[in-house]
Amino acid sequence: MNRGISYTSAFFTLLQRDLKIAIRHRGDIFNPLLFFIIVVTLFPLGIGPEPKILTRVAPGIIWVAALLASMLSLERLFKADYTDGSLEQMLLSPQPLAIMVLAKVLAHWILTGVPLILVSPLLAVLLHLESNSYMALMATLALGTPVLSLLGAIGVALTVGLRKGGVLLTLLILPLYIPVLIFATSAIDAAGMNLPYDGQLAIIGAMLVGCLIMAPFAIGASLRVSTN
Amino acid sequence: MWKWLNSYADPERSYNLAGKLLPWFACLAIALIGVGTTWGMLYAPMDYQQGDSFRIIYIHVPAASMSMAAYMGMATASFIGLVWQIKAADWAAASIAPIGAVITFIALFTGAAWGKPMWGTWWVWDARLTSELVLLFLYLGVIALYASFEDKVLAARAAGILAIVGVINIPIIKYSVDWWSSLHQPATIKITEKSTMTGDMLYPLLINIFGFGMMIGALTLVRFRAEVLARNGMRPWVRELAKTEAAK
Amino acid sequence: MTKTTPSTPLISAQNLTCIREERLLFDELSFGIYAGDIVQIEGPNGAGKTSLLRILAGLSRPYSGDVLYLEQNITSTRDEFNENLLYLGHLAGVKSELTAEENLNFNLRISGYDSYQTSDILAKVNLSGFEEALAGHLSAGQHRRTALARLWHTNCKIWILDEPFTAIDKKGVEELERLFLDHASHGGCVIMTTHQDMGLITEPRLRKIKLDYRFI
Repeated sequence: MNRGISYTSAFFTLLQRDLKIAIRHRGDIFNPLLFFIIVVTLFPLGIGPEPKILTRVAPGIIWVAALLASMLSLERLFKADYTDGSLEQMLLSPQPLAIMVLAKVLAHWILTGVPLILVSPLLAVLLHLESNSYMALMATLALGTPVLSLLGAIGVALTVGLRKGGVLLTLLILPLYIPVLIFATSAIDAAGMNLPYDGQLAIIGAMLVGCLIMAPFAIGASLRVSTN
Repeated sequence: MWKWLNSYADPERSYNLAGKLLPWFACLAIALIGVGTTWGMLYAPMDYQQGDSFRIIYIHVPAASMSMAAYMGMATASFIGLVWQIKAADWAAASIAPIGAVITFIALFTGAAWGKPMWGTWWVWDARLTSELVLLFLYLGVIALYASFEDKVLAARAAGILAIVGVINIPIIKYSVDWWSSLHQPATIKITEKSTMTGDMLYPLLINIFGFGMMIGALTLVRFRAEVLARNGMRPWVRELAKTEAAK
Repeated sequence: MTKTTPSTPLISAQNLTCIREERLLFDELSFGIYAGDIVQIEGPNGAGKTSLLRILAGLSRPYSGDVLYLEQNITSTRDEFNENLLYLGHLAGVKSELTAEENLNFNLRISGYDSYQTSDILAKVNLSGFEEALAGHLSAGQHRRTALARLWHTNCKIWILDEPFTAIDKKGVEELERLFLDHASHGGCVIMTTHQDMGLITEPRLRKIKLDYRFI
């Protein structure tokens, strides 16, 4: 019996499986996206339709909505695997846990982060975002949402075994999201004023690299605690 | 190092050690805070710009600096508990968390109270106050996570991971908040200008900072002893202890 | 009864203590399990059978004590140990959104196997014709068999099975028992819990470890 599966092969097996399950369960993809859109449309109703004000607050609104959408969708990242026992099997697999965790987070990001990036220009139109900020908005979301997924997954892994993890999760991970929020919105603001914003993008990029390296281990350790 | 740590991993010994250290910490804390506060409140010269309201510095600054130190202490204890699986370290981390949260809250509260005469408003999104607020959230997260697990061995491990993730993030959060605040409100009045402080103003402050450190140490020891007893309720020595205490 | 084998135990417990929610389940438990052993963990509900199996599998950490695989601590040889461990808990680890075949395929691949015929393996657990059925649509017994199918394609030495016979019919139980005997005679070991009586594997062949419910 040959057991020569490589790490990349294990990674793609898991990625493919998660995508397949999500496609058979489409609600999981659309609900966070709808949440994102609805939250953004609530703001003009709350603060008034004045285009100048909306232009000023648009980057903040879109990003805060993205944080919340990412957090809400993450809540289910490990839940199903935890309740049906597949998570235990993953922990006992001879493949490194960090690789499998990374595959799961990537699958989740493809399903929830990417649609969010694609729909964001539409919302930017609704909020009268400065026309030169669109590229910055897409770029910060593209670099920033994977950071949110990776950081958030740590919190999710810590709370997956708890019966009421939902509100607790907010308290655990939203403070960790602050740096991404600050640099992303300031990049969009800078772009709106025709200033260079590659510095902010570079910092978010650095956070992404840091998270890619460290978060999978923290997530793995957290999962081992949660399944105990 | 390992041998030494291991000998104190025994719950009974760490309980007794904490009991021996407690009076030292407590006496030093009372003495230092007493001297520092009286000196600061009554004898230190008045600030020529802020008048007497600056004297809140003798509570605010020690609380603010110790809030960070306590988080570091908690994360270090968690790290030792996770890596070397020393339960006494887990209990220590669990005992520090609420104390750190209260100290952070005191720093925030005194900061706000100071802001009222200074800026004419209770809250300003000043970089220091904002990072202190985020630190409070991090503490509350650790405490809430620890409280959510029924099994306290697991609770300590989960909260420990979160504390360590938090400690890696603190410099990043601090840097981003400083940067954000300099971007949005260029050059308002700085809340403390260390260089302009005269010796008479500075010494009571330093004494109080040490005093607060000792106080946190003493409170942690009290909570640590309670935690050891709570986690070892089924052990014979705890039952013995309960009997002798009850007989007194 | 303890079977004496001159070789080292495949897996052994050393002074295991387990405390759950401030309750002592077992204290200073030690034993060794050798190649060829079939071991049943016995005890009333709540005695800590599942906890013991999970500790042996390395999923839970004991309050104190160690689990050794070939005399090495499993926390330091986790990869090697996991390659030789097949654990099935009472949660089957079967995804209801995937078909029986996809489930088996996934389980085998993350265990590292890359060449096999899923249809042959499924045939051995009487699931021929159900390869394309979503696991969510299968009956409880078929669902369980989907998980158990892995036992027919493995080279793991140590099998840890929590209630493997749940929802399995008489004939299925007999087939499983035969498989266990075959596995044990080829140098493996089986550690399990069950409340069902077994027909083929009986007392002298079967080792029992008793856990008592204790009040403190």
